[in-house]
Amino acid sequence: MANLRTGIAFSLIALCVVAAVFAPFLAPFDPFRGGADALLPPGSKSFILGSDHLGRDVLSELIFGARVSLAVGISAALSASVLGLVVGSLAGFFGGWVDGVLMRTSEFFQTLPRFVLALVIVAFFGSGIFKLIIVLAVLSWPPIARLVRAQILSLREATFVEAARLSGMGSLRIIAREILPNALAPVIVTGSLDIASAILLEASLSFFGLGDANLISWGGMLNVAQPYLRQAWWMAVFPGIAISLVVLSFNVLGDALNDALNPRLQETA
Amino acid sequence: MLQGTNLIKDFRVRLGLFRGNANLRAVDNVSIAIQPGETVALVGESGSGKSTLGRMLLGLIPQTSGALSYRGTDFSQLQGDAQRQFRADVQAVFQDTSASLNPRRRIGDNVESPLIFNRRLSAQQARSESAQLLERVGLDPKTFASRFPHQLSGGQRQRVGLARALASQPKFIVADEPVSALDVSVRAQILKLMQELQAQDQLAYLFITHDLGVARLIAKRVMVMYLGAVVEEGNAADVFARPAHPYTHALTLAAPVPDPARARPARHLMGDIPSPLAPPTGCRFHPRCPYAQAICKTEVPPVREFENGHRSACHFAEQVRAG
Repeated sequence: MANLRTGIAFSLIALCVVAAVFAPFLAPFDPFRGGADALLPPGSKSFILGSDHLGRDVLSELIFGARVSLAVGISAALSASVLGLVVGSLAGFFGGWVDGVLMRTSEFFQTLPRFVLALVIVAFFGSGIFKLIIVLAVLSWPPIARLVRAQILSLREATFVEAARLSGMGSLRIIAREILPNALAPVIVTGSLDIASAILLEASLSFFGLGDANLISWGGMLNVAQPYLRQAWWMAVFPGIAISLVVLSFNVLGDALNDALNPRLQETA
Repeated sequence: MLQGTNLIKDFRVRLGLFRGNANLRAVDNVSIAIQPGETVALVGESGSGKSTLGRMLLGLIPQTSGALSYRGTDFSQLQGDAQRQFRADVQAVFQDTSASLNPRRRIGDNVESPLIFNRRLSAQQARSESAQLLERVGLDPKTFASRFPHQLSGGQRQRVGLARALASQPKFIVADEPVSALDVSVRAQILKLMQELQAQDQLAYLFITHDLGVARLIAKRVMVMYLGAVVEEGNAADVFARPAHPYTHALTLAAPVPDPARARPARHLMGDIPSPLAPPTGCRFHPRCPYAQAICKTEVPPVREFENGHRSACHFAEQVRAG
């Protein structure tokens, strides 16, 4: 059951990645070019998922939209993980005032309401995919930093670390070989969950018209679909399904990684 | 060989935001000397400071005051080759067999670490020697070297722990409750293995345990700790046959006897070990002691000495000893 769920999630993510990478070859139409065939329902005139108010093919827009969602999700989560890993390691290893300053800083960022801050920044500095990635990374690193710090604090006292000291290993080697590999697993898991929340946040911002206007994104498609909900449900439903499925898939992926990275569960998984 | 004199270890404990810090004296003025090849049992309840003393002797944590020396050289003066020699000579086996092995590294890897770092063997030499070590502790290297710690039973993991300690070719092993987490049948196997290894390599053991039966079986000399202080020490035979401290006496009475006909009247220790944050005045044992008198509440008992270095810190040691 769990394997089936994981398999479906992996397939959906793989599909999404393929769509994003090969978008120009896979899309049946140019998603940027409209035509006279506006608001046609799915199945008509080779518009498999219908056409929007400007006569653009919804399927082609979906395929190109995968690029934005994945790019934003993965880059934001990756930058947040790296930042969190560095900050958390420094705080955990050095302790004292370094720890104090870094942790208070992370608490400050955690108290900021993510969505509102993203709105404010985009409203002030304009929308753009890179700005969005930076905003998301800046808002997502604190939980990872705190996780890494807690891991390192407990691993520093672990018996096998004492055993490593007794076996003559130096401090740097103990950090690199004994502590960090054991601290990394939860970061990878949290990182994959962060991909999902970054995708969701990007979609929300685009839905409010604060996304990158020059790119097609799923959230943006929802935004333009609003006035046409009664006439053209397909304009809203398909990007909505895409967002839900991808977010869900990354959450399932996080779960699966959590199990796979736990050495104690390796034979049963 | 290894000597600690008047060792004290304080830990700073944070009580809470407005209550400030307190000092926890985990080890209070303990002196200990380990001779080559001997086994000393360190006995006491949880929280008596046994493990803290062990970790100080291993050089894992610094003492607050007192002196530690290895082969006549103070720990702080150990440098270069002498330091490396000390690191290899003084090893440990731990209680929690799953926490003492890196869960992400294979058994062979775990055993090779001391060969590579303490003994500076090449990776190839380390691999073949770790296989020999696993064989020595009764594990087939073909089966076990490539497994992960969680795939082994507790007894097997403790054998790996022993192999890893032996890898440094030590003279002295601090064994911190090495069999407490194991099943009774496995316990006997590990104890026997430890005795065999000791005979082969002339190892000295500091055997930390709360199990008097184990202490009696394996040790020539016994030290009994209560709330950070040594209350009684001496040859195992003397201490167990004629305990001279009421605490040891109570422990011997509490130890189970595998014969209902010989079952002794239960005179258990009353209550729990007091908080080391606020140790009792005078003799630390007086709130739980059946022999306690007024003097015990006010005056710290001096150490009394009997034959064969049998010592007890009790105002009424003679009476206790007479039974």
